[in-house]
Amino acid sequence: MEIVLAIVVGTLYGCGLYLMMRRNLVQLIIGLALISHGANLLIFTAGGLRQGGAPILAEGDAAFAQIPADPLPQALILTAIVISFAVTAFALVLFLRTYQTVGTDDVDQLKETDT
Amino acid sequence: MSSTILRTATRYMFPPLLVFSIYLLFRGHHFPGGGFVGGLFAGSAFSLYALAFSVSDARRILRSDPRDVTAAGLALALISGIPPLFSGHAYLTGTWWMLTLPSGVHLDIGTPLIFDIGVYFVVLGVVLTLVFALGEEQ
Amino acid sequence: MLWLISICLLAAVAAPFVYRFFPRHTGVLLLPAPLAMVYWLFARLPEVMHGHPVVQRFTWVEGLGLEAAFRLDGLSLLFALLISGIGSLIVIYTQGYFKGHPQQGRFMMYIIAFMASMLGVVLADHLLLVFIFWELTSFTSYLLIGFNHESEAARAAALQAMLVTVLGGLFLLAGLVLTVNATGSWLLSDIIESGAALREHPHYLPILILVCIGAFTKSAQFPFHFWLPNAMQAPTPASAYLHSSTMVKAGVYLLARLHPALSGTSEWTMILTGVGLITFLSGAFLAVGQHVLKRLLAYTTVSALGAMVMLLGVGTEETIKAMTAFVLAHAFYKAALFMVAGGITHETGGETSVDKLAGLRKAMPFTFVFAMLAGLSMGGFPPFFGFVAKESWLHALGHYPLLIVATVAGGAAYVLVGISVGFKPFLGHMPEGLHAHEMPWSMRIGPMVLGGGSLLLAFFCGTIGHALVEPAASAIAGDALHVHLHLWAGFNQYLLISIATLLLGIGCYFVRPVFLKTALRLHPLVKAGPDAVYSLLLKSVLRFAGWQTRLLQTGILRDYIRITVIAVVVLVGAAFYRAGGFHGLEELSPVSVRIALVAVLMILAALVTVSSRSRLRSILSMGVVGYSIALLFSFFGAPDLAMTQLVIETLTVILMALAFYHLPTFKHGSLKRTRAIDAVLSVGVGVAVTLLVIAALHVHTPTPVSDYYLEHSYKEAHGRNVVNVILVDFRALDTLGEITVLTIAALGGYALLKLRPEKGGES
Repeated sequence: MEIVLAIVVGTLYGCGLYLMMRRNLVQLIIGLALISHGANLLIFTAGGLRQGGAPILAEGDAAFAQIPADPLPQALILTAIVISFAVTAFALVLFLRTYQTVGTDDVDQLKETDT
Repeated sequence: MSSTILRTATRYMFPPLLVFSIYLLFRGHHFPGGGFVGGLFAGSAFSLYALAFSVSDARRILRSDPRDVTAAGLALALISGIPPLFSGHAYLTGTWWMLTLPSGVHLDIGTPLIFDIGVYFVVLGVVLTLVFALGEEQ
Repeated sequence: MLWLISICLLAAVAAPFVYRFFPRHTGVLLLPAPLAMVYWLFARLPEVMHGHPVVQRFTWVEGLGLEAAFRLDGLSLLFALLISGIGSLIVIYTQGYFKGHPQQGRFMMYIIAFMASMLGVVLADHLLLVFIFWELTSFTSYLLIGFNHESEAARAAALQAMLVTVLGGLFLLAGLVLTVNATGSWLLSDIIESGAALREHPHYLPILILVCIGAFTKSAQFPFHFWLPNAMQAPTPASAYLHSSTMVKAGVYLLARLHPALSGTSEWTMILTGVGLITFLSGAFLAVGQHVLKRLLAYTTVSALGAMVMLLGVGTEETIKAMTAFVLAHAFYKAALFMVAGGITHETGGETSVDKLAGLRKAMPFTFVFAMLAGLSMGGFPPFFGFVAKESWLHALGHYPLLIVATVAGGAAYVLVGISVGFKPFLGHMPEGLHAHEMPWSMRIGPMVLGGGSLLLAFFCGTIGHALVEPAASAIAGDALHVHLHLWAGFNQYLLISIATLLLGIGCYFVRPVFLKTALRLHPLVKAGPDAVYSLLLKSVLRFAGWQTRLLQTGILRDYIRITVIAVVVLVGAAFYRAGGFHGLEELSPVSVRIALVAVLMILAALVTVSSRSRLRSILSMGVVGYSIALLFSFFGAPDLAMTQLVIETLTVILMALAFYHLPTFKHGSLKRTRAIDAVLSVGVGVAVTLLVIAALHVHTPTPVSDYYLEHSYKEAHGRNVVNVILVDFRALDTLGEITVLTIAALGGYALLKLRPEKGGES
């Protein structure tokens, strides 16, 4: 199972980076979002995949009958998802403003606008 | 971007969506849910409203500036860490008050719940700050 | 000891404030700090004299077994006494020297901070502590040399001194670490007593060389001597203190300190004697060709440091005693002469050249007397302590005729410089246009105590030898020695050599113009020496930095990403190569059909996102990837994640749709070749990350922290949803950080969109 997810993570990273190396700002953002997906999935897979059910205690039980999925990577990823959303949104706004100010969405031309 | 169907649907769906988001928030301690997903859900509801009608309509229905919502949430989360200090515990240690209602129902009220409500408002405020600002972009 | 050093540091911090409120009495008010040290040292003198070092230890970092260990034995006591005693005089001297100078408070702060660091070097017993204080002295020296930071020469000299000594410090650190490896202890006291362990260790030679480089750079030994004369850019109080009597002796101190553990081999003798001899002679030779007061003194300082290293290198009991006595004598007369030189320049309105000064005896009678005393001690005239030290030095070298000859030649140069600074400016007729007046009392105390002391020490040399020189020399030798210093050792061949040296020196003084001319002629040669090597090295480093910056920092975002990608692929590849290839595939669980289907869907969607030329199609296929991840989360027992991912994906698509409304379609293509290179790089990263994920699966922590969370979530935190409990209770502080970041991101985005600069405005 892990090997499949590992390949998916690798594909997401590769595709994301390829997009980030393109000249269009929009592709840069989409690349960033793909890498965020890849990173979340990476933590999830590397944290160990357990099919023992969600780490949520059934009503009336005092302890888990069988070991559930690891809650710690889940907690990490939950915040990571929200943070990567904020980062993507911030990047989106930043690039939008860059485009409006500089007048180009060509990443290669942004060099000249350094002051 | 808006159509009559979308508007009508949104008008009817908006209140249940909001209620559902609060439901998600409060069940989070025992079941899937919590402040993050609840806040995101509420944010989507308002975003949907902004798409269907307009950003200014959505702002009106929210009543306060999303930045204030963010600040209020952050303040709530910060304050929720203070009570344990009085009983000699570290900042943000979970502190609980057990209540037994006259009807015999047990209620656990704790600072983590207040903290989670703070998270809910921060996430809601953040999403709306960005969505509204982008939506108002000319 | 820790407390006394802390008091000095506090005094340093307080100095600017003291100056602000009591500008006329800054020095006097700060004096208690160094005097407390002096008092404490004298109070400990009886114990130390009887061979009982004072040891103090404080817990520093308990988990690492680090402790702040201090130890006061004879050697530390001699140096600490010089540092705090001369330091006290310098503090008073500074008050007069910088009278009315607006930056006096800053200078006081530096000089007292330096004093505290230097005390730390000689009192610390833990090697790390020694090293930290060692570097602190380099740093404070930098601040002092560059005190007149408007002057470019001062800045360059400060940087040079710091680069040379700090670079040497790094060598020293390496040497110290090797020493600790070899002896198994960080404490100097243990290392000294480790006997032959260090000498017979296979790393002995590297240790010796590294420690020597550290000591030689600090103590201005050839070929690192060049920074010291340049450091004369520092205000005179700093030169008198750091660059003659204390900091430059740190290297000598360290070699003396490690003498019991490192000496006694032919390598030790060859390196130290050789380098010391070259420094001694070249310093003396360069000194006689100078005419600037401070440079005359600086080159003889270089020479004197060479002599100390040379005597240590020979390493017999007698040379150790002679060196210790010479350290004491040199500190007294050299600090006094520097203070005199500074005073002359100060009171004549900036005259620095010996040749333009004469006849000051009437204007500065007081200065003259003590300049004379110090100058005579420097020359080694009887009955001064310089003579006593020189006599024991000659005695000690009795079996080394070559070194005796060198000593005579070098000694003559000292006579010449002693006369040039101690007599020349005061005798003869005052040239036209030269105005001078006596130094204020605050500046007189230093020369008075040290110049007068050079005479007094000689008369009490028996007591001094017993009380100060003997414990110090015993500590260097690692064995109890008996020191008997004599002012009059009888009529013997050494006295004759001494007299010959004095006569030669006086003779040389009268043909001084010849030396000056020779020096002028040799100037280009000296210029091409180590100083030139230093500037060449510095320039090459800067050029290399510029070259690699231009190569790597192109300013094009895509290049930065490419470089990062290449680094990742290479590093991950190297890590796998070192780990001996790749394994772990055998432990994987079987693949189920539904997950394989989701995976294929995701890979296809990702490829569509990459290849699509339409923005909408890209966003939607990216959404497919996101929703599929949500699906995966729900398969593997993570309903919270699945829900969050679903909502987030929706919001992301909405946001992108809103933003892309204002952004153009893809119109900038890349060259086919660029695309191919990028594709290869991307595939490389993909493979590297895939391998990493699989490798990471086999990293197991002994007791996963999650077990604790699973067990205590309901019992202690009253929550059945463990993920949520972690977020809002167990790790609530982390979450607080997260939501703060969210807030900042939102406010940043809001500010970018809403706060517009005026059209044509700057910001």
